[in-house]
Amino acid sequence: MLRILKQALTGGVATNSYPRVVGEPPDGFRGKPVIDFTRCTACDACAGACPTSAITVQTSAQKRGERTVEMNYGDCIFCGECEAACPDAIHLTKEFQLAVTDKSELVTRGFYTRGSDGVYQYSEVPAQTRSHTEPVEEIGKALKKKVRTLFGRSLHIREVDAGSCNGCEVEITALNNPVYDIQRFGVRFVASPRHADMLLVTGPVTRNMEIALKQTYDATPDPKLVVAVGACAIGGGVFGKSYASCGGVDAVVPVDVYIPGCPPRPEALLHGILLAMDRYPHQGPAHTA
Amino acid sequence: MTTKRRYIALIRKNLGDRLNIREGVAPNELYLSLRRESLGTLPETCSLLTRSFRANFTTLVANDERSLNGTFVLSYVFSVPTDDLFLILQVPVEPRHMEVPSVSHVLESANWFEREVKDWFGIVAFPNIYRLASHPDWPEDVHPMLKDFDPQTSVPRVRGSFDFKHVEGEGVFEIPVGPVHAGIIEPGHFRFSVAGEPIINLEIQLFYAHKGTEKIAEGMSPQRVVFLAERISGDSSFGHAVAFCHCMERLSRCEVPRRAAVIRTMLLELERLYNHTGDIGGILLDVGFAAGAAVALELKERLLQLNELLTGSRLLRGVAAIGGVRRDPEDTPLKRQALADMLVRGRQAFEDLVSLVMSSSSVLDRLETTGILSHTDAYRLGITGIAGRASGMNRDFRRDHPHCAYGPLTFRVHTSGEGDVLARMRVRIDEVRESFSIIEQLQLQDPGEPARTGVVTVPPLQQALGYVEGWRGEIVHWAMTDAEGNIFRWKITDPSFHNWRAITVAVRNNIIPDFPVINKSFNLSYSGNDR
Ligand code: SF4
Repeated sequence: MLRILKQALTGGVATNSYPRVVGEPPDGFRGKPVIDFTRCTACDACAGACPTSAITVQTSAQKRGERTVEMNYGDCIFCGECEAACPDAIHLTKEFQLAVTDKSELVTRGFYTRGSDGVYQYSEVPAQTRSHTEPVEEIGKALKKKVRTLFGRSLHIREVDAGSCNGCEVEITALNNPVYDIQRFGVRFVASPRHADMLLVTGPVTRNMEIALKQTYDATPDPKLVVAVGACAIGGGVFGKSYASCGGVDAVVPVDVYIPGCPPRPEALLHGILLAMDRYPHQGPAHTA
Repeated sequence: MTTKRRYIALIRKNLGDRLNIREGVAPNELYLSLRRESLGTLPETCSLLTRSFRANFTTLVANDERSLNGTFVLSYVFSVPTDDLFLILQVPVEPRHMEVPSVSHVLESANWFEREVKDWFGIVAFPNIYRLASHPDWPEDVHPMLKDFDPQTSVPRVRGSFDFKHVEGEGVFEIPVGPVHAGIIEPGHFRFSVAGEPIINLEIQLFYAHKGTEKIAEGMSPQRVVFLAERISGDSSFGHAVAFCHCMERLSRCEVPRRAAVIRTMLLELERLYNHTGDIGGILLDVGFAAGAAVALELKERLLQLNELLTGSRLLRGVAAIGGVRRDPEDTPLKRQALADMLVRGRQAFEDLVSLVMSSSSVLDRLETTGILSHTDAYRLGITGIAGRASGMNRDFRRDHPHCAYGPLTFRVHTSGEGDVLARMRVRIDEVRESFSIIEQLQLQDPGEPARTGVVTVPPLQQALGYVEGWRGEIVHWAMTDAEGNIFRWKITDPSFHNWRAITVAVRNNIIPDFPVINKSFNLSYSGNDR
């Protein structure tokens, strides 16, 4: 008993100060890959190297000599193969707080036209404007309403593994450790969907989990938030869509927030959960709406 | 390799009438092909091999080779620990007659493997005909691993229900749990039969996490499959990735640079460290020892942070590559300092934790005699890794089939005879100490030296095993390449696939409230099992 007390007293404060202070990941950390569109020549090297087709280079069928380079952070597994294929135009940053409420915000595009020398050049004039301004507002509003109804009290989360590799679970479990201590935000993991305000779903939703996920969703009282955690849950990740996989959570139940990563590190998870609760201080649905 | 000659001579003399012997590309593999007319002797041959060479059944691989030679091939893989050798008994199966005799009665550890082969390939190991991998709503005659099954097929659901063993009797009732569990755990369905307090039977239905991993890899380039391998089981990302790379390197006769072997070994031990400390924390949490659990889980977090500092990924992803490793965990003074720090302070924190736990008699009481897996059962079921070692199975691929840089290292394989939760925790404690010592031995061996060979060209139509001793137990991959050098067939064997049956045995006569801690003490992977 004395030993335990001693341990408790001398242990010190382990908890980190997120989100007041967002610690910078160490050098060599593989965060958000950024394409410098002005240096990119739409050559396809990165797309060929990407294991999940998060980067694609499409040649326009209508207009000859036009190409689109597209990067989808939802599908990205942060392996760094694109950077290795094209160190000139792509580099991995340390940015890791990538959660969004609107899936289309996970996509960036560059448009290219072929010059007389046969080399593709970034065309300043975007061939297409963002087509999703309205729905974002709608989604933002709907989410805010839900959040307002939910958070007179603390947030109860039910975690649903819909066929993940367990990597996402390693990180979600870490939220309960003394360092991240998610309980300080009034967030608790609960044992039944009936007590939950939020479903935190991982995995590509396997065929064998599809029904169980739907049932869990139905058993969760309205209003409820659904957060898709990790590349698998967003769009199938490395597993994609197949006889065994539905290719993402929103193919089965509606999703409010998407947290990219494979897996997202604990602070990225906190960011996504706080974003869903509209409690993230710097940005969030309040700003997009 | 003179030992291999000896084995060849011995096998030819005793079994030459029924099988042909061929050497594999990898130096420690012997392929034995059973002749068609000797198919009836399969169980006896398996039993002879295990008994005469003290070989252990390691995995069973089915392969649809109809496009190459008109048949299916089943490969029964045995490890011979005393001589670092693998015997691979291959059996041709005619498409017109998709049946072989079951070997489960002589080799109980093959039971689940045979059932998976039936579900995925339609090859029946008679009379072991029960479903394992296919859920009841999956049509009887659809076998996803056949080459003519397109992975993009959307397969209709059929009506059906799980076939559980029902225990009848006065006061016996069933408690179904899952597939979605109360905590943050992977999906699986458990069905307990209890009589009053004690559990008298447990049936487990898995494969909720089946993602078609082996299937979707077919036709992929080996370089791309490395990323899939990292995602077979998140907590063993590095172990599985290295096992796959090892497989490709053996099949290509490619030697990895010494520095790469050192780094791999170091990172395998770091993977063991964070999982073992996490499991010790989990066990303590399940018996309500919050103070101890907090120390263990904080140490686990520090180890994950160290991983991120050393490799850019908390789960050690993006490091393994065919031909070596992509990054060096000791290439800056900061990294070297962090590692050195962990070896001093992490170790100290761990020792403090151990003495805290070992002085708490109430914790020890809860763990002692809880969830016993006897040596006989462990041996019979072929239980591997720490679960096996805690039940007296003296096996460890690091010593028995030296890979990476384990050969010249000094370390002990720890076992315990008790087979209870406490034994599984004790073995973990001993292994954590060994891991610290292994990392210390490997520290600063030529940091910065080249750690990756040039481009590895993977040859067409070759097959080989690749393996590591992961933190959970032996991780064994077998792969064959197609005419272009891409993946033709990839079989993944996670230690969990061997070990799940141990839990059904270990829980018997324990009470339901002890199930979580028993389960935790094995900490098996669902995703690794289901793939
Ligand atoms: S997103 Fe990555 S870590 Fe998460 S379940 Fe999928 S493969 Fe695993």
